[in-house]
Amino acid sequence: MEIEETALPGIGLRHDFPTRSGRRLGVVSHHHGRRDLVIYDPDDPDSSRDSIPLTAEESDVLSELLGAPHIVEKLADISSAFAGLVGEQIAILPDSPFEGRPLGDTQARTRTGASIVAVVRDQIVHASPRPDFRFEAGDIVVVVGTPENTASVAALLQSG
Amino acid sequence: MHSTGTTFLELGGVLFSLGILGHLALRVGISPIPLYLVGGLAFGHGGLLPLGASEEFISVGAEIGVVLLLLTLGLEYTAGELLSGLRKQARAGVLDLVLNATPGVVAAFVLGWGPTAAVVLGGVTAISSSGIVAKVLGDLGRLGNRETPVVLSVLVLEDLAMAVYLPILTALLAHHSFARGSLTVAIALGLLVAVLYVALRHSDKVTRLVFNPSADRDDEVLLLRALGLALLVAGLAQRMQVSSAVGAFLVGIALSGPVAEGAQEVLRPLRDLFAAVFFVFFGMQTAPADIPPALLAGSLLALAGVVTKVMTGWWAARSAGIGTMGRFRAGAALVARGEFSIVIAGLAVAAGIEPKLGPLAACYVLLMAIIGPLAARFVEPVTRTTRRRLSRS
Repeated sequence: MEIEETALPGIGLRHDFPTRSGRRLGVVSHHHGRRDLVIYDPDDPDSSRDSIPLTAEESDVLSELLGAPHIVEKLADISSAFAGLVGEQIAILPDSPFEGRPLGDTQARTRTGASIVAVVRDQIVHASPRPDFRFEAGDIVVVVGTPENTASVAALLQSG
Repeated sequence: MHSTGTTFLELGGVLFSLGILGHLALRVGISPIPLYLVGGLAFGHGGLLPLGASEEFISVGAEIGVVLLLLTLGLEYTAGELLSGLRKQARAGVLDLVLNATPGVVAAFVLGWGPTAAVVLGGVTAISSSGIVAKVLGDLGRLGNRETPVVLSVLVLEDLAMAVYLPILTALLAHHSFARGSLTVAIALGLLVAVLYVALRHSDKVTRLVFNPSADRDDEVLLLRALGLALLVAGLAQRMQVSSAVGAFLVGIALSGPVAEGAQEVLRPLRDLFAAVFFVFFGMQTAPADIPPALLAGSLLALAGVVTKVMTGWWAARSAGIGTMGRFRAGAALVARGEFSIVIAGLAVAAGIEPKLGPLAACYVLLMAIIGPLAARFVEPVTRTTRRRLSRS
């Protein structure tokens, strides 16, 4: 999917993309945290038919409704389908050796057997992060594995 | 010597009536700036309710208003945004300034006011009100539109042009000799380049002057330090005869990142208060009896101002590959003039170059601040009907 990014000087950033159904959707992110959900006019691709201002809380709810249940469902599936597996949430602390480094560097799966299935940053869920995903302090890493394995991931992320 | 009681009564009365006027403006969907000007006309000499005791406070408040307007203007765009705007839209910016300064310059010569007044009036007609434009685009839900980045980058360039224009204007107004005038202009431009460089490369260090990023954010500290720094630099710039407005503007550009956003947020209520005081003060300096004679010239200038801004927006949007409707939307969005036209005219009025210039500028901004938002709102139906009629005939 191709997401177009446009800087709006003095206001913030705009991201927009075409949907498979032929419509165009966008989000204007204001510097102050407000978001506008933009639905483009199919007859005039330059203009927005609707622009819905969302508070920070509302956009969180919307993104959760759109994306997060997916991950929660998946996590629930894993726990019930494979008895003995747990999902653990581990925070990246500012002094973590992996702060600012890509996920691939941890070699978490090879070294511990547990999988990193998602990273939550600024209340946004990044599902199935790729190996080049860079950790930042404050990220919450969601790990799935046996209790021992997830504990070793926690130790790994904390002290390398 | 007036008593504190009288001063409070007058100030309270002024601010409260501005609040009522602002409320009215919101209800009708126009900018409150023209109503503040009208309020100022009523409170000034020869008005309905002339003020006495609070005039001194209002005149200092108006100066602070200019500093805050320019400081928040500088904070609005980062140095990076200014330079990338310059790189991408330089031609649109030049066209914008040339097309839109022309009516003012021509008017000044036709009225026989001379070259300095022409420079002033050209500035008054050229600069759009970034405050009104950004607000109108947000209110109409057009931030997502494809022509909006074009409109914003024209505003960014006007912003940069102000930084060059204001020192030149200040030097001209001060009646300096050519050598002295060129020196102050050179100092101001050198400072601008230096500030842009520092803001691009070392903005974190400047930012640390105002705020310690490692500490928790404290709005009070941020407010006092940002305002203090802006006033210090503004005062210094004024001493060097560069214009306090330019100093404040440069401080705004030098600050960046989250601190700039935070400062903008905490300064906003203060700016709204003192900017309103500034508009009232400008209105107060104009005698209401001088407005009717300026109406004809003001309306003609307004008409020319609408046409030239629509042309600018149309051209800029076209070269960005925007469709016909979007080109007209971009043009109409730029029509509003407001705070910066008054800042420019205010400098000229303070220097006392031409007594009729103040009323003309007041009249022009009154019209343009009302027409601008209306033009942006009604451009779509008007364009649609016109195109339908044209295709039918």
